Amino acid sequence: MSGPSTFVPKSALGRWFESRLPLGGLIHSSFIVYPTPRNLNYWWTFGGILSFMLVAQIVTGIVLAMHYTPHVDYAFLSVEHIMRDVNWGWLIRYAHANGASMFFVAVYIHMFRGLYYGSYKAPREILWILGVIIYLLMMATGFMGYVLPWGQMSFWGATVITNLFSAIPLVGDAITTWLWGGYSVDNPTLNRFFSLHFLLPFMIAGVVVLHVWALHVVGQNNPDGIEVKNTERDTLSFTPYATGKDSFALVCFMIFYAWFVFYTPNFLGHADNYIEANPLSTPAHIVPEWYYLPFYAILRAVPSKLGGVTLMFSAIVVLAFLPWLDTSRVRSAKYRPMYKVFFWAFVAACIGLGYLGAQPPEGGYVIAARLLTVYYFGFFIIIMPLLGLFETPKPLPASIADAVLGKGGLAAAQH
Amino acid sequence: MAIATTAEPTRRDMLFIATGAAAAVAVSSVAWPLISQMNPDASTIAAGAPIDVDLKAIPEGGIVTVKWRGKPIFVRHRTKKEIDEAAKAPLAGMPDPQADSARVQKPEWLVVIGVCTHLGCIPLGTAGSRGEYDGWFCPCHGSVYDTSGRIRKGPAPKNLEVPAYAFATDTKLTIG
Ligand code: HEM
Ligand code: FES
Repeated sequence: MSGPSTFVPKSALGRWFESRLPLGGLIHSSFIVYPTPRNLNYWWTFGGILSFMLVAQIVTGIVLAMHYTPHVDYAFLSVEHIMRDVNWGWLIRYAHANGASMFFVAVYIHMFRGLYYGSYKAPREILWILGVIIYLLMMATGFMGYVLPWGQMSFWGATVITNLFSAIPLVGDAITTWLWGGYSVDNPTLNRFFSLHFLLPFMIAGVVVLHVWALHVVGQNNPDGIEVKNTERDTLSFTPYATGKDSFALVCFMIFYAWFVFYTPNFLGHADNYIEANPLSTPAHIVPEWYYLPFYAILRAVPSKLGGVTLMFSAIVVLAFLPWLDTSRVRSAKYRPMYKVFFWAFVAACIGLGYLGAQPPEGGYVIAARLLTVYYFGFFIIIMPLLGLFETPKPLPASIADAVLGKGGLAAAQH
Repeated sequence: MAIATTAEPTRRDMLFIATGAAAAVAVSSVAWPLISQMNPDASTIAAGAPIDVDLKAIPEGGIVTVKWRGKPIFVRHRTKKEIDEAAKAPLAGMPDPQADSARVQKPEWLVVIGVCTHLGCIPLGTAGSRGEYDGWFCPCHGSVYDTSGRIRKGPAPKNLEVPAYAFATDTKLTIG
């Protein structure tokens, strides 16, 4: 959609630079004149919010790394040192710890948005799969970051998660030992997790570039799920329209984020993580961070180790196949009356699994987790393919301009 | 003349294959150290050397936990009743059937690695929290072990692992 840039810098120096490295033209075509569908709603502002959160995590993280010591004897103390001694250390650490949660809030909204409006369908498959890769990298980063403060939850979370790999037949134990660099989670593990926790966000940044590139090749989807037919009528330029809307949404999101940081900074964490790691005593309930809970519930719903681990990883991998599992020709749930119902039931199932992941694995909780796990997979593997055959979609508007402005508004859109 | 149809290998083909082969050797010889460095290093292995446990200090019915290779080792001085329970339990229906006699050297001493074979939590063994088979109960996902450390219920696939050990004297146990 973005053609060759016609950008010509005003100053002579600018033109001299531009003819040697067309950076200005790239920014101009990607973020100024880039055409965005004129019907985008606020659910489309989370991409910008996510980019901001990635930068926020990198900035606060680099500062934390200046004061943190990745050694089993000092890690816990160095985090306390950050909290008590380092100037503004409490703020930076709380911003980083809650920032991880906000990052996940934003990514979940962003993903459900894609699911609702069919943003994964052709020609956006690669764009969607790059998103799934970013999500996986985020999960790995968040997991390893949570190990760094070396509290009880850090240690036991790391033990349980690394042990997932021991379920792999034949080579499982060798892989686990290799991941640990020892016979259990210990100093070598903490050290490598710190190194990787530092590295992965930069890899995420790299995949984000590919993600945005793919986006700018195929163009944004939109609430009506129909392609742009006429750039003049159906789109608005990125600046000031999208920039303005994104900035406003970002400010609102920052208020939400700041509320956690300043008023309830430990609400999303677990009290046991303020107890230093003790390899000889397991806490009564091991609970991962909230953003992993639905998957943890799936893991525990299965009464077999290999089965649970396989199902848990499949729950994420299945997302990558979505473009081919969904057989409907209509993208947006706005025009899919049956899909809309199954979609909201799916959202409820994910929240339900999240709740169950935090409960003890007994009795009714396990049964409920099994039912919701069946729905989770059923939604992707059964409902999605069949719905395309059985559902009668509502008629689509002829164009984006028609959808927003109605037939009479067309003249207005013509400028 | 189409060069591509020449049957004779050319000097360029030769260089191409030689370069490819050299690159393959180079990549694998660099990859190996990069992968291998993640495995336990010499000091970690040295710190995992055998340890001694004084058995005099463990009364009948008592369990002592010692740390070896970063993991807890349970040394349990079993009572007559516990030995009988372990010996008489029917193997049929156990997830990982194994006779008690194959898991102990002396019936009164059970030595197992105190790591749940499900996902690595430490099962509870204090009186009152041992679970219905009088052995251990793992609070993480509810695995129940018996007085021989065998898995009887729950998601764990295997019995508690028995480490290599030997009775150096009647009262001294060497683990490792
Ligand atoms: C994708 C971006 C990132 C995410 C999701 C993330 C997540 C986390 C989480 C969940 C924690 C545990 C916080 C706690 O409970 O105390 C943490 C800690 C930490 N992170 Fe990050 N992080 C990210 C980026 C970075 C970067 C780029 C660096 C360094 C360059 C970094 C350095 C640290 C350090 C030193 C700690 C330990 C101090 C502490 O626990 O507060 N992080 N991270
Ligand atoms: S770790 Fe023991 S039951 Fe899961």
